Amino acid sequence: MIGSKKKRITKKTLIYLILIGGSLIILSPVWWMIATSLKTPQEIAQYPPSFWPDSFRFSNYLEAWQTAPFTRWTLNTLLISGLSTIGSVFANAFIAYGFAVIKFKGKNLLFGIVMATMLIPGFVTLVPQYIIFAKIGWVNTYLPLIVPSFLGSAFFIFLIRQFMRTIPKDMVEAAKMDGANHFQIWWRIMLPQIKPALITVAIFSFNGSWNDLLGPLLYLNDENLYTLQIGLQTFKGTVSTQWNYLMAMSTTVLLPIILLFFYFQRYFIEGSNLTGGQKF
Amino acid sequence: MSLKENIWGYIFIAPWIIGFLGLTLGPLLFSLVTSFTDYNVTSQMNFTGFDNYKRMFTMDPLFWTSLYNTVYFVVFSVPLTTAGAVIVAMLLNQKMKGIKIFRTIYYLPAVLSGVAVYFLWMQLLSPSTGLVNTVLAWFGIDGPAWLFEPEWTKPALVMMKMWSVGGGMLLYLAVMQGVPKAMYEAAELDGAGSIRKFFHITLPMITPIIFFDMVTSTIGAFQIFQEAYVMTDSGEGGPSNSLLFYNLHMWNNAFEIFNMGYASAMAWVLFIIVMILTFLHFKLSKKWVYYESGDQK
Repeated sequence: MIGSKKKRITKKTLIYLILIGGSLIILSPVWWMIATSLKTPQEIAQYPPSFWPDSFRFSNYLEAWQTAPFTRWTLNTLLISGLSTIGSVFANAFIAYGFAVIKFKGKNLLFGIVMATMLIPGFVTLVPQYIIFAKIGWVNTYLPLIVPSFLGSAFFIFLIRQFMRTIPKDMVEAAKMDGANHFQIWWRIMLPQIKPALITVAIFSFNGSWNDLLGPLLYLNDENLYTLQIGLQTFKGTVSTQWNYLMAMSTTVLLPIILLFFYFQRYFIEGSNLTGGQKF
Repeated sequence: MSLKENIWGYIFIAPWIIGFLGLTLGPLLFSLVTSFTDYNVTSQMNFTGFDNYKRMFTMDPLFWTSLYNTVYFVVFSVPLTTAGAVIVAMLLNQKMKGIKIFRTIYYLPAVLSGVAVYFLWMQLLSPSTGLVNTVLAWFGIDGPAWLFEPEWTKPALVMMKMWSVGGGMLLYLAVMQGVPKAMYEAAELDGAGSIRKFFHITLPMITPIIFFDMVTSTIGAFQIFQEAYVMTDSGEGGPSNSLLFYNLHMWNNAFEIFNMGYASAMAWVLFIIVMILTFLHFKLSKKWVYYESGDQK
């Protein structure tokens, strides 16, 4: 017995060592970004590179911010990400309710099509979507980046539907007996019950929209309309050697995502438990 | 199924139907038609038969380069990230103090993406002053110039992908926690060690998720674009076109030279390749995916 206990302790120590090593590998790029953002151009160019900045030049952040209309681009990005997140959450929850709760003709076939659309590479529809949006005059507006979120996405519909199916049917039936219609049941009973799923969708959707480069690149030509992702991209061309500025802006752009992650991380975990569990 | 319920059902899924017809089915058919034309946005559409497809296979060497680059990336990144995610999930599926902190750390890179992260990696991979080569130098290894050497550009991107292995890890962790404890206890009574428990219980139980992960990440890996677009000079394709991926070549055709007909044909070839591969995945899965219900569908 003592032997096996010893073995267990060695095993645990080994796992800790591996996990700590892995954590260092995972966190060091993030540290490198922050460290570079605080260095002088001279320090960045020096060999071998330093892990700990000599000077901590916080002014890099302010100077980088002033090289381009970043305030404006941040507001643009917030507007697009905010609206498409709202669209994503409500539209997908609405559509998913139809598939999860209501019995209607052709439901299984249609849900099969929903799932099948996940297999279509985005690029197949990219060119015609661009042509359509160009024809109706939406190029150089935010509409192509926001409106599609209000029409649902297969992945989110599937995810929310899985959650809704875990809610007891009796609740829906009882509400129906009380004379509630589906819209009222969806809003008053279903949505409050699946908050973790809705938060998960909101985070994924905000994250996706915030980090999207392709959409803005395709649809926005006017510099005033740019998002942060294109903003960063133009940064490279004009001041390509100034890695301290570039890393300062990169850190700034990632900051909201990192904060969001730490604030809501338990929902990521819970969310995956319910969808990833035994249901596949 | 009452009439009223039918109407309610269609009201609720109406947004999806509009989106599907307008943004998926319509464009899908439109791109199929366009692929047989010389459409370039400004001109009239002239039907040119299979010309675009012929040109692709016989007259465009960059088509083959881009296909090779993409397949290379898929072949290395999909199995490596899948295996990485399973191993990490296994390590994190322990009852240990502080395990939640480790889970948070390992998942963090999965939420970090976009231009900032690509720039970060350009900095990390910088030949003499980057973190990667600095660490390699500690071990006496003279690191390559990564993004500047044609044979190292794609491994560099695979490495970058490996960093954010936490996304898949979360799925595996979830399913591992669902494996009944009794199965492990029974195996322990039979004297099975950790390794045997992994190969005889954990691994078979998670094969449905491995399958799901591999199908979706294969589809995803075929669509690699943003990384290459940002990390090479605005879509130039990197040294010796070593980062000219399929979608980048397609993008250049569609939105740089407005050769929409040719780009649509390329999109359809990719679609067909992905469909065939997904079909093969499903066929092969019967040999290795284990379903607890015994239902092999």
